[in-house]
Amino acid sequence: MDAIKVIEEGYKKEIPPFRVGDTVSVSMKIKEGEKERVQTFSGICIGRKGGGIRETFMVRKISYGIGVEKIFPVHSPLIEQIKVTRFGDVRRAKLYYLRSKKGKAAKVKEKTFIRK
Amino acid sequence: MKGILGKKIGITQVFAEDGRLIPVTVIEAGPVRVVQKKEKDKDGYETLQVGFDLIRKEKNVTKPMKGHFRKTSSPLYRFLKEIDMEGFNAGDDIAVDIFAKGEKVSIVGTSKGKGFQGVMKRHNFSGGPGSHGSMFNRAPGSVGASASPSRVYKNTAGPGNMGAVRVTVKNIEIYDVRKEQNLMLVKGAVPGANGGYLIIKSALPVAENKN
Repeated sequence: MDAIKVIEEGYKKEIPPFRVGDTVSVSMKIKEGEKERVQTFSGICIGRKGGGIRETFMVRKISYGIGVEKIFPVHSPLIEQIKVTRFGDVRRAKLYYLRSKKGKAAKVKEKTFIRK
Repeated sequence: MKGILGKKIGITQVFAEDGRLIPVTVIEAGPVRVVQKKEKDKDGYETLQVGFDLIRKEKNVTKPMKGHFRKTSSPLYRFLKEIDMEGFNAGDDIAVDIFAKGEKVSIVGTSKGKGFQGVMKRHNFSGGPGSHGSMFNRAPGSVGASASPSRVYKNTAGPGNMGAVRVTVKNIEIYDVRKEQNLMLVKGAVPGANGGYLIIKSALPVAENKN
């Protein structure tokens, strides 16, 4: 098992620590034909799933009035940058309840103290 | 032909540069020692006998094997196989780097034993309906005709022991070779349980496209 762990560690990336409820903006490389460009997707992280190299996180945002969710692999080489723009204060590991909320109710409280 | 012996360590996933997750099997391959070089005039054919997985305690080796290792003045190995490869002599070590990234190989292993299994799992019979009063659920059904031939043909599929047989998987791509750790990453699955012994040979040449 050890050799496998070593291999997996080698493919891991440095990412800023973020939690469920935080607002993040994810810059991802996108290939369009020949050209490559960077697209940013910002929203609330509503869940993290899996562990090690297989870990993924789900980001939800409201785009032109329609809820959009995207799942990113945490250690994908296509992710250029993950920026945490706001710390959220939540009591749940998965914020699926946000899907049925609208407007003000779909907001996440901001954490008022600085996280260690 | 190139070949090496190895041990299956396990399966994981790895990111390709374009972001795809690729399933890989990690194999501890070699280093392998040439225990004996068989020669045409002495043994009737030419090949290399190679050994893998050192035995540390002498008491774990049977007497006949001890005799063989003494005669060839080689250390004791658990896994001995013949590989037709040129350019090596008795006593030489063969390392993983005889293979390179991107090469195609055939991998031989012993599949996981499944025990005594019925005909649905073992031979992919479709079985009968599960309910509605059906009394024909997982049974094999008819195995032949009546008075003629008045026997069951040989090789008729039936229940029995499944798995734990030698299985070859052909044309597996090598994803990475790491010489310092004697590791080989191979795309996809490989027969057998973790810790099982494997023979890794270069793939057979592909028949040329007839177009």
